[in-house]
Amino acid sequence: MSDIREEIRQPPASVLAGDRPRSTTRQVQYAIVVGGVAGALARAALDEAFPWDGHGWPWATLIVNGAGTLLLGYVVTRLQERLPPSTYRRPLLGTGFCGALTTFSTLQVELIKLARNGEVGLAAGYLSVTLVLGLVGVYLATALTRRVRLS
Amino acid sequence: MSAAVWLGVAALGGVGALLRFRFDAFVQRRVESDLPLGTLAVNLVGTFVLGLLNGLAVAGDSLLLVGTGLLGSLTTLSTLMLETERLAEDGDGRLAVVNVGLSLGGGLVTAALGWALGAVL
Repeated sequence: MSDIREEIRQPPASVLAGDRPRSTTRQVQYAIVVGGVAGALARAALDEAFPWDGHGWPWATLIVNGAGTLLLGYVVTRLQERLPPSTYRRPLLGTGFCGALTTFSTLQVELIKLARNGEVGLAAGYLSVTLVLGLVGVYLATALTRRVRLS
Repeated sequence: MSAAVWLGVAALGGVGALLRFRFDAFVQRRVESDLPLGTLAVNLVGTFVLGLLNGLAVAGDSLLLVGTGLLGSLTTLSTLMLETERLAEDGDGRLAVVNVGLSLGGGLVTAALGWALGAVL
């Protein structure tokens, strides 16, 4: 059973090749740009909806990072292990959209701002919640996506 | 946010995602490692620049365009989380911990360094 599972999980060579620019088609890079545009717009819209002034929970970033990580776990598992190889879906949805929707730099700078404003405990809590949401999110999205057709 | 700034954020968001892809592949082709160093590198570079902008007191539309648009898309938490979870899943719990530690520790250090440098300039 575990052997079969490993075999299923091994992504096709064409998918792996899609991650390397040498064999990257223009189509893949266009897909990443389109996904990136959509991800950045969604993130900016949430920033507008939940503005943050350097105090309290940075809700917008927490939401995009939590949602984007969950979605990436689902997208990657489904595309690599469940669907026939596709050239542009992973770049569009994974690298482009989820990659751009979530942000590492804003998270780090928010932590610095909280610390500078004397809210060190909140910064630690915010970081912990982000990490737990992210890791548990990927784990659950992966497990549920695999279960759908294996059971 | 004006329509022009929305357009700019969209365009720079697309550019940031493409730069991340190219930079990640560039690093991975040159450095042999079990750790996803491409993601680490792109995240630390983007975080340093965002810290620098904050230290320089860049605000308003400029920060929206470069910070939210370009650097927000360039850096990514979802890929870091995915790669970390996959390392743990493959039985490499130690590498997973190292990956998160390097990213977060490095991120805080580079953000603070960038900020301090920007404040001095």
